[in-house]
Amino acid sequence: MEPLTRIQREARPESMLINMGPSHPAMHGTLRIMLELDAEKILNAECEIGYLHRGFEKTCENKTYFNLLIYTDRLNYVSPLINNLGYVMTVEKMMGVTAPERAQLIRVLMSELSRVSDHLTCLAAMAMENGAFTVFLYMMKAREFIWDVIEFTTGARMTTSYIRIGGVRADLHPDWRGSLATAVRETRKVLKDVSGLLDKNSIFLGRTRGVGVMSKEDALSYGWTGPCLRSTGIPYDVRKAHPYLVYDRLQFEVPVGECGDNYDRYSVRMREMEQSLRLLEQVAALIPDAAPLGGGPAIEPAEALARSRLQRADERVRLSPNLEGSEKERLPGLTAPDPLVGVPAKEDTYTTMEGLISHFLFFMSGKGIRPPKGDVYFSVEGGNGEVGFYIVSDGTDKPYRLHLRAPCFHIVSALEQLIKGRFVADVIPTFGSMNMIGGELDR
Amino acid sequence: MGQEILIEAIRAKLGPAVEGIADSYGDLVLILRPEAVRSALAALREMPFDYAVLLDLTCVDFAAGQGRLELVYHLYSLSRNVRLRLKASLPAADPAVETLVGLWKNAEWLEREVFDMFGVRFEGHPYLRRLLTYEGFEGHPLRKTYPWRLGQPRLPLKDDV
Amino acid sequence: MSGLSFLTTRLETALGWGRKFSLFHYPFITACCGMEYMSAACAHFDIDRFGAGLTRFSPRQADLLLVVGTVPHKLGPVLRTVYDQMLEPKWVIAFGACAVSGGIYQNYAVVQGIDRIVPVDIYIPGCPPRPEMVLDGLLKLQDKIQHQKQDWRWARKS
Repeated sequence: MEPLTRIQREARPESMLINMGPSHPAMHGTLRIMLELDAEKILNAECEIGYLHRGFEKTCENKTYFNLLIYTDRLNYVSPLINNLGYVMTVEKMMGVTAPERAQLIRVLMSELSRVSDHLTCLAAMAMENGAFTVFLYMMKAREFIWDVIEFTTGARMTTSYIRIGGVRADLHPDWRGSLATAVRETRKVLKDVSGLLDKNSIFLGRTRGVGVMSKEDALSYGWTGPCLRSTGIPYDVRKAHPYLVYDRLQFEVPVGECGDNYDRYSVRMREMEQSLRLLEQVAALIPDAAPLGGGPAIEPAEALARSRLQRADERVRLSPNLEGSEKERLPGLTAPDPLVGVPAKEDTYTTMEGLISHFLFFMSGKGIRPPKGDVYFSVEGGNGEVGFYIVSDGTDKPYRLHLRAPCFHIVSALEQLIKGRFVADVIPTFGSMNMIGGELDR
Repeated sequence: MGQEILIEAIRAKLGPAVEGIADSYGDLVLILRPEAVRSALAALREMPFDYAVLLDLTCVDFAAGQGRLELVYHLYSLSRNVRLRLKASLPAADPAVETLVGLWKNAEWLEREVFDMFGVRFEGHPYLRRLLTYEGFEGHPLRKTYPWRLGQPRLPLKDDV
Repeated sequence: MSGLSFLTTRLETALGWGRKFSLFHYPFITACCGMEYMSAACAHFDIDRFGAGLTRFSPRQADLLLVVGTVPHKLGPVLRTVYDQMLEPKWVIAFGACAVSGGIYQNYAVVQGIDRIVPVDIYIPGCPPRPEMVLDGLLKLQDKIQHQKQDWRWARKS
């Protein structure tokens, strides 16, 4: 027999207790809200989380710094590249490594793409739960165009593991400008359509205006960050407050809301997407075209392997620039020169003894990336707010402790307060506008 | 406020609650005596320090070497745009510290998580219950002594090997 | 007698045909794979082309359970309850590596494959599987439904 929960203990005998979730379409599968109701009115609420607790932090303690990157993809799975970035930059801060300029620009490009896809998904789900199914279909369409750009370059749609310690995995796809232009154009079109569908829609306004109002003081007390905090009128954005990468050189505004209700959270996200699209165009203009590869005709990988058995293969090996491995000549622009942080070039690994040894040294247990002893906290602006990593290193190749500061953990902890005294129907838009992501909330 | 003036002011305000001051990659770190955690954080929340946001709370298990658990608080000051890390060391055998509920609203969940994962008791917490795992879960998964792969199913599983 | 069995066979074929093209699915979405489920269900990939477009959010109205994403031990009883609430005939698809086998999460928190909790008909691997793969899995399930022994209310109990 489980002990009674707080709401069960405190409930009045005449009121009704009802359970929402975890398997409820609007609860995103992983949140359970217990409600004490007087007819439709919510007298008391209690959230139970942890239905997607996957042991991320414990797993990371048993993986090397290089190998645990894939787990960071699956934290906020709507914007995996930002999680990669947060983790990678935390380790880089410990090791004192800076990514090259081109890699930094690519990282900004990727994080802004992820941010747009994050906001699109959040608003799509929110609108769908409020009955606007058309918006859902439109926004998913725009997200597919965004994911096309990501997929061309990284080779995967979602779980990319593209941003690596020291730089990025590979250079941009040769045709990235075209796909990016399509994505920006299509997303702008969708944003305009969605704006037209929702901004003055009385059903949508009725369910969002004045519902789930958060005051500035409470938002700070709950540790809110990101679009939800900005919707209350506080212009805190990690990209502005603690600029990382090249954000201090780019022009963008931080949109804020007025009263912190559901509508403000929606409108802040809409305006933020416009700013992100603006950033994408600026960054695209800043990234120079990749220099053409020089030095004679390239040979096929199989031929390079065959030759390396007989003689030292000095010819350039033809590898796909983004899916199978980076071309060696491009690597200096993409990863830091430090030989201990990046995976050695595939061409060298396959064809030279030194390359093979450095490959072994990188991947052997006990070797590889070993940050100095100490602890570090670093954060980036994720789709939901401040994504912070706290890493304690004991000097070995595995983190002693890795903790994620998940933005939506703090945001969802305010849900109980926001829905108290409202109606059952208000739970849906309030919760939808918070953008709860299970992987990040429960880790 | 410059770093030296800030440290001076903190020392003057908190006095013996501060056991040490360190710097970690540019972030200021205060080591607090565990019994003074609540009062020290309450003081830091007010002006002139104005650390109004409790960014994060977590714990690190140093039980194997030192027999201690280390609580790590992250504060953030919106007006001065700086972060502050505070640490307090607790005995691993019976870790207990005063709660922050009442000062920050997100402290309730953060402390429940640390209780769940590490078994730290937060005295005065109104509802100290497991957060991420479930009732009936034995042990605290993020302790180093907890085996990485020891699952505790809630219902009988087929072909459990 | 042979005439009757011929009729039964034709009836079974018809039933299978009807069932495979009117799958009402219940998405039991927990994690990352949900994003790819959304893609598969939306206009770009359009699961509706294969007769499985209608999402039912009540297990009692659904006959295909899509388990999309990781199922931790905490969620195990919930999955079992949802499965038990569904009416026969029912099918289960394990969507994504975590649902198939626990995937990369081999640790204290995660059930190592949902087939330890509910019987599974189709496994779709991938972390997460691409929408094309989801559609392929769905087609395989339809094939399975067509060729399986159909149980129906007045079928002779043997």
